Amino acid sequence: MFHWLEKNPFFFAVGVFLTIAFAGAVTILPHFNKSAQPVKGLKPYSVLELAGRHVYIKDNCLSCHSQLIRPFKAETDRYGQYSLSGEYAYDRPFLWGSRRIGPDLHRVGNYRTPDWHANHMWEPTSVVPGSVMPAYKHQFTNIADTETAYAEAVTVKTAFGVPYGDDIQPGRAAYEKVLKSKVLPEALKIATQMKNKDLIARVKAGKIPEVVALTAYLERLK
Amino acid sequence: MQSNAAMEYDYSIVKLYMWTTVIFGIVGMLVGVIIASQLAWPQLNYWLGEYGTFSRLRPIHTNVVVYGFMISGIFVGFYYSAQRVLKVSIGESKFLMTLGYLQFFLYLIAASGLVISEGMGITTSKEYAQMEWPLDILIVVIWVLWGMIMFGLIGMRREKALYISMWYYVATFLGVAMLYLFNNMEIPTQLLSGGLGAWYHSVSMYAGTNDAMVQWWWGHNAVAFVFTVPIIALIYYYLPKESGQAVYSYKLSLLSFWGLMFIYLWAGGHHLLWSTVPDWVQTMGSIFSVVLILPSWGSAINMLLTMKGEWNQLTDNPLIKFMVLASTFYMLSTLEGPIQAVKSVNAIAHFTDWIPGHVHDGVLGWVAFMVFATLMHSAPRVFKREIYSKSLLEAQFWIQTVAVVLYFTSMWIAGITQGMMWRAVDEYGNLMYSFIDTVNVLHPYWVIRAVGGTLYFIGLLMFAWNFFMTATAGRKLETEPQFRSPMA
Repeated sequence: MFHWLEKNPFFFAVGVFLTIAFAGAVTILPHFNKSAQPVKGLKPYSVLELAGRHVYIKDNCLSCHSQLIRPFKAETDRYGQYSLSGEYAYDRPFLWGSRRIGPDLHRVGNYRTPDWHANHMWEPTSVVPGSVMPAYKHQFTNIADTETAYAEAVTVKTAFGVPYGDDIQPGRAAYEKVLKSKVLPEALKIATQMKNKDLIARVKAGKIPEVVALTAYLERLK
Repeated sequence: MQSNAAMEYDYSIVKLYMWTTVIFGIVGMLVGVIIASQLAWPQLNYWLGEYGTFSRLRPIHTNVVVYGFMISGIFVGFYYSAQRVLKVSIGESKFLMTLGYLQFFLYLIAASGLVISEGMGITTSKEYAQMEWPLDILIVVIWVLWGMIMFGLIGMRREKALYISMWYYVATFLGVAMLYLFNNMEIPTQLLSGGLGAWYHSVSMYAGTNDAMVQWWWGHNAVAFVFTVPIIALIYYYLPKESGQAVYSYKLSLLSFWGLMFIYLWAGGHHLLWSTVPDWVQTMGSIFSVVLILPSWGSAINMLLTMKGEWNQLTDNPLIKFMVLASTFYMLSTLEGPIQAVKSVNAIAHFTDWIPGHVHDGVLGWVAFMVFATLMHSAPRVFKREIYSKSLLEAQFWIQTVAVVLYFTSMWIAGITQGMMWRAVDEYGNLMYSFIDTVNVLHPYWVIRAVGGTLYFIGLLMFAWNFFMTATAGRKLETEPQFRSPMA
């Protein structure tokens, strides 16, 4: 049979394809629906949190931080309750990471505060002596892209039925409305807790620095 | 294998990919040296503003090395060896030549686009699949072109039976195509939002645990179908050609090929042990990872036994040294992987430096060594010149071998140390170390790793010089060498 396959490239290719496709179908498909279900009471990310999530991805925090607490005592002691599948139901993409050069962040919102994050992102060694993390000062001047975050919220609501409110609608007018009524007030609250006059002034001027959005996201991780 | 003296092959595309292999190799590994040094000396993070931090540079390192250096090297091997084992010149078909050039130039665009977008922080965040949708589409086009060229050549072939290397090339094409398409299913966010936001941004079709499953089904099998399958294709062609020995066992190559095809895809779950994916998927991942030793070692042993009775070549031919050590590192790496995939070991190893250590003994010792051998065996036939310097090649081999050993030993120690410290408790059951303690203890190992990486990079520069001089200034050859590559 193998000799015959080697002389018939078409059937050879079909054989190879079936052999490799088999495993993926068997392991991924059976639980697909179950794995997509949220835990009870899970809220979708707010537009500001999504914008912060995009900052997390842009500066690639996941190259050093995981978001997956494994079910060991050493991990639950250090980080809190181990992670559950349903907690990730609105995570597109998932951000589990693969290396902990820094600690896990899946429940960082439980034990850090916005002003801690502000100090930490400005100069990590000021709050964690010996830290090897670089400072992310540019996040204090770069403005978060809330429009793209809003576009993502509309997309996941429309395409995957993520339960956002009626105010999340396509179009610029709807975006501007949400920005004024929800995103900016939420950002102002975070900026105020960060105790940084510069950040507060910027948010009041209608521009949300990346670090404010990022902190909103990190505060949400509980 | 018989003489190729009667046939003339067209190497114009091979030459293009040879240069991109060298250039992307230098860029990718230089960034690697930089990020390794940044961990050892964090003040190195600030030389380029927001674009120079470890976190931004790391994906540039992985992507340029994998998709620049490795894929270029694989295409060198493909465009060189496929013509020869099929007994057909790509130059016989104007159409395939055009596709070949088109594929190369699109590849250049995609690779540059990847570097620029990574630098700007435009990324889907998924490891080895960071490209946003416009680049994804370009990559699919490049891949389809490659498939058309491969099957075009197969259609024109004079040698009816496909040689072992061709099996692996076909598998590479199909495997990557399937995995890439499914893993990159995403919706551009401008489509449904009425044109809001960044045009290049998209959102994954899968969420949470499902996204992780699909991503590591890809991530693991990108290792399979980029770091393993096409590299086996290379060694099955280049080791017999360079040594003048026939492949030891046809049956063993059959068993290894079909075994690898069947087993590899199951093992993806071992990246997600102790996570929220279903338990039985994790267990399957562990079991199949261990079974994977069989086909992996099958190929490696088949290659080592090909040298049977000819081990003297190891002492006087540096290219044989590179390939034999590559098979050996392949064996080491495919034993280490399954060990890490055992759940109890993984509990310590996961999230630590042992993982990048494992990746690097595979890629530096196995993949890159095979790419060097591929380029250097092909060069005298492509440029019709002798290899410029044997002693430089010897020196490169030893420097890089030492470099790999420094790299993986330091990462093994660092990984196990950190993994054990994370879980250490005192007599009352309290955690003994704060997180930062477990980071600061790694400093000496990170220094050793950076030194290892620098040595490897120096070896690469020696290679680049040697290759450049071979192509431009090596002694002219009258006739094509049969087996052993001539070197000065």
